[in-house]
This record gives sequence, C-alpha cells and structure tokens, in this order.
Amino acid sequence: MNKYYLGVDLGSTTSKAVIINEQDEIIGRGITNTRSNYSVAADIAKDEAIYNARFSILQKNIQKEIEFSPEFKKYITDLESVFQYEQFKVRLDRLGEELVKTCNTMFVDEDKRKTMLGHLINIRKAFKPVIKRDYLYNNLGSKNQFFRDIVSEKYNEEVNKLEMSLFEPLMTVWDKSISPAENERVQFNFKELIHKAMDELKDKYKNLPDASAEDTSINFDAEMNLLKGKFDHVSDSLRKHIDEIADLEFNIANMTGTGYGRALLPFPEDCIRSEILCHAFGAHAVFPETRTVLDIGGQDTKAIQVDKYGLVTSFQMNDRCAAGCGRYLGYIADEMSISINELGPMAMESEKEVVICSTCTVFAGAELRELTNLGEKRADILGGLHKAIIMRAMSLIARSGGVFNEFTFTGGVARNPAVIKYLAQLVKENYGDNIKINIHTDSIFMGALGGAMFARRNIAVELPSAKKNKEVA
Amino acid sequence: MADHKDAIKENSMIIQKEMLAKQFKDLSMATELGKKVVYTFVPGNLTELILSFDMLPVYPEINALQSGMRKKSAEYIRDAEKIGFSEDVCTYVKCDIGMMLNGNIGPTGEKIPPPDLLLLSYTGCFTFLKWFENLERLYPGVPVAMLHTPYQEDGIMTEDQINYMVKQLKEEVIPKMEQVSGQKYDHERLAKMMENSAKAEDLLVKILESAKNVPSPIDAYFAGVYYIGPIFTAFRGTQDAVDYYTELWNEVQERMRLGLGPVTPEGEIKEEKFRLVVEGPPNWTNFREFWKIFYDMGAVIVASSYTKVGGVYDLGFRHDPKEPLESLSKYCMGVYTNMNLPQRVDMLEKYVKDYKADGFLINSIKSCNSFSAGQLMIMREIEQRASVPVGFIESDLVDPRYFSYANIKNRLESYFQMLEQRKIILKQEETTV
Repeated sequence: MNKYYLGVDLGSTTSKAVIINEQDEIIGRGITNTRSNYSVAADIAKDEAIYNARFSILQKNIQKEIEFSPEFKKYITDLESVFQYEQFKVRLDRLGEELVKTCNTMFVDEDKRKTMLGHLINIRKAFKPVIKRDYLYNNLGSKNQFFRDIVSEKYNEEVNKLEMSLFEPLMTVWDKSISPAENERVQFNFKELIHKAMDELKDKYKNLPDASAEDTSINFDAEMNLLKGKFDHVSDSLRKHIDEIADLEFNIANMTGTGYGRALLPFPEDCIRSEILCHAFGAHAVFPETRTVLDIGGQDTKAIQVDKYGLVTSFQMNDRCAAGCGRYLGYIADEMSISINELGPMAMESEKEVVICSTCTVFAGAELRELTNLGEKRADILGGLHKAIIMRAMSLIARSGGVFNEFTFTGGVARNPAVIKYLAQLVKENYGDNIKINIHTDSIFMGALGGAMFARRNIAVELPSAKKNKEVA
Repeated sequence: MADHKDAIKENSMIIQKEMLAKQFKDLSMATELGKKVVYTFVPGNLTELILSFDMLPVYPEINALQSGMRKKSAEYIRDAEKIGFSEDVCTYVKCDIGMMLNGNIGPTGEKIPPPDLLLLSYTGCFTFLKWFENLERLYPGVPVAMLHTPYQEDGIMTEDQINYMVKQLKEEVIPKMEQVSGQKYDHERLAKMMENSAKAEDLLVKILESAKNVPSPIDAYFAGVYYIGPIFTAFRGTQDAVDYYTELWNEVQERMRLGLGPVTPEGEIKEEKFRLVVEGPPNWTNFREFWKIFYDMGAVIVASSYTKVGGVYDLGFRHDPKEPLESLSKYCMGVYTNMNLPQRVDMLEKYVKDYKADGFLINSIKSCNSFSAGQLMIMREIEQRASVPVGFIESDLVDPRYFSYANIKNRLESYFQMLEQRKIILKQEETTV
C-alpha cells in the first residue's frame, strides 16, 4: 500500500495541510481560515488535503488517458469544483440551522421573529444560486474561497439591500451564528458526495447552451466545449476510476504539526515541530541552494538562515509589532473596503510610491486616510504601503545576517505581486544582482510541506544528508 | 531571592539568604547603629573601600531587580511614569524611583534609609549618571562623589588611565568618604579586605568554571545570578563572602563527585541536552518561568556574560592587597560592560569553545543600552567564528510589559529544535565520514 505523509501548519490566519507521497511530491493541499477552535481548523485543512489527494491520485491513475483526451482532465477539474460546492452546501445548511436557532432565541416577539426568519430565507434564496454558479463555472477566481468569507460577503451584500433598521439585528444574528457553525467539524462521506457532484455536473452540461452562447456570465472555453459533446462518454469511462479513489484507504504513515497553534493540535508531542524549522526545511527541499528564507505570514515575519542541510542556523522574528505582516495588508484592505487579493494588483499600478512613514498597522490606516485627503492616488498609496512592508522585512533580514546565495520567499503574502516586485527591487539594491529569488506557487504551503517532509523522514532516522550519502555510497 | 515555598534550596542558598537578611536589617537600623549609607552601582563598585569606612552600601539596581522578582516593579514603574519618566527610560531607574516614591521599602519589607553619599563609581553606563542626577534631586543636599571610569575603547588599560583613576580615588572619592563617615582612610584595613576579596574571587572562578565539565554541575546563568550575589554586592572583602564561597564550592565539588546536574527550583536537571552560552541579563519579572523553559528542555547555561558585570575574574583579574587603589581602578575599568566590543566577542567566543557549548543565545534587553548595543554584531561574529547556531530573544529587566511568554517560548522552542537537529546531522556526518 502507498504511504502518505501529512504536514499541518496551524497559522494565526490560515491553517494549511499538505500530503506528500514517498517521492516527496505534493499530492494534496488543504487550506482554511483559522478559527477559535484550532482543532476544527486543522481537521478541515486535513480533510480538504485528503480529498484533494484523492483527485490527484485519480489524475495520476489515468494519466495516459488524459494525455490523449484532454476532456478527461476538464471533467476532473470540474468535478472537484462541484465537489467543493457539495461540501459548501452541507456547511451552508448547517449555518442555516444555526441562523434559525439564533433567530428563535433572539426575538421573543412572535411577529418580529417571523419577519426576521422571512428575511433570512430571502437572503439565502438570493445568494445561493449566485454561489452555485460561482463554483460550477469557476467564477470564484482569485477571491478568497473560505466558507466564512464567501458567505459573509454575500450575506452582507443582501443585508445592505434591506432597510437600515434591519442591519443591526440581522448582523447580530450572523455574528452569533457563524462561530458555532464554523467551529464544528462537518464529516462528509466522500463517495456519497462525489456521486452527488457527478449528478450535478451532468445537469450542468445537459443544460449548457451551445458553444456560441450569448450568456457572457459563463466563461466559455474550448475545453468546456470539448467536454460538452462527449460528456456521457467521459463520465461513464471515469466512473470506475472515481469509485476506486473513493474507496481508497488512505494511509497516513506519519504526520507533523507546526505553526502558532501547534501545541493545541491533537498530535503526539514528538510530531510537533517549530514552524521556523518547517518553513526553512520546506523551502530548502524545494530549492536546495537556498540559504536565506523570508516568510511573511499572517501575524509574523521570519527571516531565516539555513545551511546546506536545510537546517536553521539563525532566525529573526518581529516581536513587538505586526506592521509588515499579512494582517497589515488585511487591515489596509478592510480600511479601503476592498478584498485582500485586489491589493497587490492595485499597487502594481503605482507610478510613484508615496512614502508611508508609519510602522504601525493601526496608524497606517489613519495615514492612508490622510494621504487620500491630500489627493494622493490610491495606487500610489498602496505602492508605498507594499514597499513599507518589504522595508520592514529587509531590516529583519539584515538582523538575521543578510541574504546569501539563493533567497526563497514563502508564506501567504508571497502571492501578492506588489510585494514580490518591491522585494526583488530591494534585495537587488541591498545585496546585488547575483541573488536568485525563488517563489514557489505553493509558497503558502511551505510550512506544511516542510512538516510533511519531516514526517516522511522521521527526522531522527533519516535526513536529507543521510539520504544523499546513501546514494553516494 | 525569588522565594517560592516549593523551591529546592541548598545550604549555600540559606547562608546567602541570612547574609542578605542581616544586610537589610543593618540598613533599616543604620541610624541606631550610627552607620552611614552609600548608594552605588554594581559594575565597578568600590565595596571594600565603602566597608573600610564602616559604611553600608545600597545598590539601587539590585533593589530594582528584587522588586521585579517580587512582582512589585509594574507598580513602581507606573508611579515613575506618572511623574514624567518616559516609557523609554531604563526600567531599573524607574523601578528604583518608584520604590522611593512608595516609601523605599526593600526586599525584606524593611525600610531602606536615605543615602548619606551618592557614589557614582562607574560611568560606562550613561544612564547611571542621569540616575544619580535624579537621586540628587530626590535627596537634596546629599554629597555626590563621582569616579570617571575610562571606557576600554582600545581594549587595553594604560598606565595613564590607572593613574587617572587612582588620582580621582585619592582626591575625590576618599576625601568625600572621610567627610561623610567621619573616619580616616585606613590603607591597611583596605589591603586586608582585599585578601578576602581575592580568596572569594578564586573560589567564584572555580565554581563558574566547573561548568566546563560535561555534564555541568551548575547553571552559570539562572543559578549563576545567585552565585555572584555576595561578591558583586555588599560582601566582597568580607570573611562572610569567603565562607559562603567555600561552602558553595564544596557543594559544587560534591555535585561533580556524584555526577549530578545543576540545581533548579524543581530539583536537578536529569539530562543535560544542550549547553549554551548566554549574553545579556536575564528577565527578572518572570525569572522562574523563563528559567523553566530552559530546564524543561534540558538546556544548561554553561557560561554567561551577565555573571561578569561585577568583575571578569575568570580572565585573571584579582583584587591585590599589595596595591589596593590601583587594583580597584583596574577592577572598575575591567568589568564586562566596560570592555569594548571586540573584547566582548573574544571572551564569548572563548566561552563557546572552552565550555563546549552547543549554541549561543542573546537575551536582548529593551532597557539596557550598555548591554544591547552591538549585540547583533556580536551574534554574527560568534556564529561565524565558533560555528554554532545562534538565537536571539527580547525581553526586559523589570518591566513586565515587555516579557511575552508566548513569543519567548516560541523562539526558544524553535531554537532548541534547531540545536537538536544539528546534533543529529553532525552525528550522521561523523558516522558516514
């Protein structure tokens, strides 16, 4: 039986899980927002990673077919999205129950209760099809795909359409309901859910208009067209393979927990490891020439120096202040009422960065408003803010000893294009042109990946150097 | 010092406690005993000289750290800030000022008398100057004696510098002491005390160097701060100090004979997993918690720079009965924080090597410029020269607002895991070679 290894990185903002196989290849990724119940966050990330792994194994199993028939691949990608939607539906029902419960306890007056319940039903009716469409037609794009964020955005939108007096009671109902709903682990039956997803997918393609559709809300592409004609054939030939991966017994041979909340993970003590080591180990495993790692996470920034074995020789972290962390960007996005994923692209449009003097997250909000009043362009202010983050990071890097050899940037913030731009610029200014900067598409998963790699190596027995030496011998 | 009912105590600790109790008792009865009181600082202190005039020394920074350990410092600092001390001022200063504002009650609950003389014998710390300026204002009319200690900028102590110091002692410090105490300077008595100083210093060095053994019988930082207590404060030059260090040395020898690890408040460390050299003072407000993070992980501090703030005896200096004033001068100029950065790096590098340390850790103190300036450079140098993993944590002396248990524990756990992995790797490299 194949053996798999799990790494869970319980960060301050997001919880990540990665599953690797015995060749150190990532076969499953799971991510969710960290919530008050850490263990639920870890379980959700882990469950997601396992589902994702089943899909990867499916793709692997039929690799040959995929090569010749690209529609197979399209079917699997589509199926995974619909599968996610199926999970979403279950969670939404669970939240619905909680909303009704809150409503019933909050409003003693019968009429008021009925009115509120009526509004809740309408809200749900309004946003459910929108979300379904987003999932089915991959419209979620770069948006945050956590349950809480998606639902809260839509709920807010709908509440805002109603009269002002309803805002406060409906938002209170929301606040009281979301926490219990999301702090509970929902167990899914993979096989049942995937069959539902297959049916749903069938409906989607059956009802799909013909290629030259005028309905521009559907992102028509060649692949979709490709699948449309052959849907039944593809679906039938994949069913056996899908059942196979649904029945697959998933053997996690070893696991490692890391991140801020690691001590709270239901893992044995020897399976808990510092996130500093995991990030460094992951980054070094992916880019073996790495000697300096910068990780910008939700609430902390780490500058790490590693040796040729991927072992940490020194590190520096921000101790007193969160300015320069992911949360800083989150705060700015909130202040500007835009999504965090839009910040980077907007900052990329900056023509001249406004100098942001503030090194404090909270004060930066005030500075931002002041600069807006002074007529500075939004893009230029954002450019300045992004540059300020990197300047903080550069000072931390300097404290840790500087940049050597290859430099790897990890963490959730490494997905932000403006951060990358200023990082490249400032690394070049400070350490010359010869530094190679690595940023992996899985940068946010680097800690979990390092954890999984530690788990696979069972570090005390086998380390990369030992492996190398064995190979040499 | 940090008294907890469940703390394990050795005989030497009991002796030290009695010494301190008597000291504070004497201070509270200074008027009745007809003794004059001198406020002075630990680094470069002139304890023998003070005692030779039958005066009683008070060390404000020791009172501050004691207040920190007794959880009083938050309140004292708050009171000092209320009267206008900035958040950035050294917390020892604010804690001491706050204690005065609250009646100057010392660690034993007895009142500490006001000073009859303010003796600033070490100027390597600029804050000390300002601290005494404040004390001068709080105790109007009190005489001040200042000894300007040249910084070891070039890393050497010149004949001129020594003469300059001796001149100040003769022309400024001793006349002030004579005036305040009403006694004449007694050269013979001072020389006699220095014999005791040197004896205690010899013993202290043996005790601290016992940590070169693997496993070490002592913790040279957390327990070390207790070991340096008597010799860095009011007891250097006394028979009491010699007796205390004799007892302590016997205990350490016994521990070595039995192969026992360092004593902690929860008993001895059973397995020495990591040997560390630590730079920087400890945090006092959460001293026990801080220490526990180390001993729970089997981390033993085998050498530290903090235990050299009142004299770097292990590098060879001894008070010399043959030339008391010259040796006091050399002593003042030779304390750890008066050494230049290259000297400090050399010393720490030597520690890492001589004490076979696995790692080098800095506890950087927000309050203390004397210590913290240059620490990152020190860290880089040690990392390169001694090839050991280095760690950096931040806290404060006595301001509990700057001790983040979660952050420090997180950093230290990572650091210990770094050390552990490194050990595994190096072992594997050895076996494969």
